[in-house]
Amino acid sequence: MDLKPGAGGQRVNRFVDPISYHFLQFLWRTLHLLVSLWYLQVSMVQMIEGFLISSGLVKRYGALDIDKVRYLAIVVDSEEAYQISKVIQLLKWVEDMGVKHLCLYDSKGVLKTNKKTIMESLNNAMPFEEAVEKDVLLDQKQMTVEFASSSDGKEAITRAANVLFMKYLKYAKTGVGKEEPCFTEDQMDEALKAIGYKGPEPDLLLIYGPVRCHLGFSPWRLRYTEMVHMGPLRYMNLGSLKKAIHRFTTVQQNYGT
Amino acid sequence: IEGMIMEESIINAYDICVRFVGNLKLLSEPVKTAADKIMRATANNSKCVLLIAVCYTSTDEIVHAVEESSELNSNEVCNNQELEEANATGSGTVIQIENMESYSGIKLVDLEKNTYINPYPDVLIRTSGETRLSNYLLWQTTNCILYSPHALWPEIGLRHVVWAVINCQRHYSYLEKHKEYLK
Repeated sequence: MDLKPGAGGQRVNRFVDPISYHFLQFLWRTLHLLVSLWYLQVSMVQMIEGFLISSGLVKRYGALDIDKVRYLAIVVDSEEAYQISKVIQLLKWVEDMGVKHLCLYDSKGVLKTNKKTIMESLNNAMPFEEAVEKDVLLDQKQMTVEFASSSDGKEAITRAANVLFMKYLKYAKTGVGKEEPCFTEDQMDEALKAIGYKGPEPDLLLIYGPVRCHLGFSPWRLRYTEMVHMGPLRYMNLGSLKKAIHRFTTVQQNYGT
Repeated sequence: IEGMIMEESIINAYDICVRFVGNLKLLSEPVKTAADKIMRATANNSKCVLLIAVCYTSTDEIVHAVEESSELNSNEVCNNQELEEANATGSGTVIQIENMESYSGIKLVDLEKNTYINPYPDVLIRTSGETRLSNYLLWQTTNCILYSPHALWPEIGLRHVVWAVINCQRHYSYLEKHKEYLK
């Protein structure tokens, strides 16, 4: 948590005397301390609830209609992604719940680097690229796992933009007059698939980290994705995972079409 | 918009610059005229900018940024030797995707300059407890706190804004570090 007053505090400083400034700073820090205590209390309640759900004492989360989660994405803070054992435990829970398609993302690519270790620890999972190659994406026997990082987000869209740009230049050169470039969203979809980005839009995105922020997950794939903040990875528990998925499956999704 | 034009004195008293962003070509003529009028009337205000997104989806914005970047780059590229070499292999045949992919005329910074909405927000508030972005600001929310209070839009008040600002302050250094990493 950043408690330095910054530029805003320096502007205030010019207009109030030093004693008032220090008093305001004291109030500000006290406010943030109270907020931190509030969040500590909330996370303790969530941990207890998670424990009760995991142990089966809360019957409501017993049966999950997991088919409604066709594609699940998990965003992990890159510093926490180094805890590979935690990541593997999380994936085993997801696999046991019956999720068939999963995308793992962290912005620095730590999970991508440990892809082999992670895949070897899972019982019945296949890399997404392999499933696409063998055309077994609809095969429900194995869970497919896609690994993504920040280079698969805006940078991938930039590469697809160059594919469209080249096509435009080719036709502009052969055309009678120079027309303005005019692309469609479908063409952008095709360009992304042509350069190897075939992953669909996730239905649900679980964020394991300190902040509710998607940290650069591909903007093209987040249009109607539900995002749930699960807290830091080190405090993950099976109960809160079940609760998040259960909540998604029981809410009627309206995609506006 | 007509109501805003009638309250122009209040907008000017608070020194607010109003801008409409999005695919404004899709607006009907009277709406476009009214939007242009309020934008011209408040163009010199500088204390605060109010961006109103109309005819806007994030995916359309990304495609628009690609179009703008393509147009800006096309004159530069026409004389580029790489393109001549790439086309020379073609002689009327289709250029392979590999050749296309390796050409780096459009850069990420070009796309970022040509989005409708700049600068990027620090906090995004989505009312009514909805946890999805619904094709809004997908590009701009890479380092943005997503806040979804259960309150419906008319009930959003100062306390929600204060709570959003407090959470932004709590995580400011984390998100600044992430922004630096992505640069």
